[in-house]
Amino acid sequence: MDPIAYFPGCSLKDSARPFELSALAVMEALGLPLIELPRWTCCGTVASLATDDLMHHVSSARNLVRTQETGGKELVALCSMCFNTLKQVAARVNGDVDARDKVNAFMDEEEDYEGGIDVLHLLELLRDRVGWDAVEERVNRPLFDVPVSAYYGCTLVRPKGVGIDGSDAPSVLGGLLEALGASVIATPFDTECCGSYQIVDRRDLAMDRALRIVVAAKTRGAEVIVTSCPLCQHNLEQAVGEFGEEALNGAAPAVVYFTELMAIAFGLEQVEVPARLQPVLDAHRLGATEGAT
Amino acid sequence: MTRRKDVRTERLRERVEELSGENVFACYQCGMCSAACPLTEQMDRLPSQVIRDLQRDDPSVLESNAMWVCASCFACEARCPKGVDLAKLMEALRLLRLRRALDWLSVDELPQERIRELPQIALVASFRKKTG
Repeated sequence: MDPIAYFPGCSLKDSARPFELSALAVMEALGLPLIELPRWTCCGTVASLATDDLMHHVSSARNLVRTQETGGKELVALCSMCFNTLKQVAARVNGDVDARDKVNAFMDEEEDYEGGIDVLHLLELLRDRVGWDAVEERVNRPLFDVPVSAYYGCTLVRPKGVGIDGSDAPSVLGGLLEALGASVIATPFDTECCGSYQIVDRRDLAMDRALRIVVAAKTRGAEVIVTSCPLCQHNLEQAVGEFGEEALNGAAPAVVYFTELMAIAFGLEQVEVPARLQPVLDAHRLGATEGAT
Repeated sequence: MTRRKDVRTERLRERVEELSGENVFACYQCGMCSAACPLTEQMDRLPSQVIRDLQRDDPSVLESNAMWVCASCFACEARCPKGVDLAKLMEALRLLRLRRALDWLSVDELPQERIRELPQIALVASFRKKTG
């Protein structure tokens, strides 16, 4: 398969660096390498929901132009929030010629965006192009018995027409985790909001949400929570750090990106194991070969 | 906070419908959005009450904190049996204020150490939603 352009976004170059490094390594290992989109810019982080607010679509639209310049027809995002924003904007400017003309007029120093670029999330690529069987084949250190909570959050599954899976009972992360050999823990909070950007000026509110999600996973036995979004990751980690083991009645689950767990199951030594995950792996003796029988 | 008087209140429902592209009268007040919303505990009126206010063209809705507590998580949109996208109505209500150059969030008042510890994704999203 030809390499596909991927959109890193701001967090993957900073707070979410392990997300990018592990994602690139696992896709290379699966024979579907990702190529960083040249000259990418911020996606805008949130898509404007107003009918007349095309100016706020420009930052995402520029990245569609960058993709068009590569000759490709697809752009893969790793961060769920970037994915959601890029896809909402693509839906608008691909389908609405008037809107596209206006956005092109705003970007008069660029070549015109002609439409037709599809935005995908990495999990879609894994599910629909690679397939869980191929993922399972690549696993050489299965995550036997490790109970993992598949936390989706909002932007991977909503709104309708944008989400890559149903909002009620999504299965994409569960399918991946099963292929890795983990035991999937479902909670009623899997698709509930982590508090999102409210962490900035309403930290109390975001911590309330994030703690419920962590406690729900912990009380059902999860030792790991996987995320696909640097903001979910941040908020859940903050809740773990702030309320610690006391509120959680025992060791807090390790919050990691789904690609970090893939790298471990694939035995990719070049990808650093998150420090908070090491005790979980040790407890399940996953560092040793007997775990992989 | 007295500056909030500067938000125009006339033709409220009409302007919100125009900005959002949503029809507030499609709502029959079943309350599913309020049941689905994870943040109602922090709101001074429920999401379904916000729509009711809009149906009645009641400008007091502009004084509510509901649209600023809303995190655009689309839980309401996923659940509404009438296909009303409440997240868009909340966005329209925010814009009525922000487009009068009245920010909800004062970036200057955020402590420097908080800004340093927050990931960019949180800062940019927050500024996009709460400043003009």
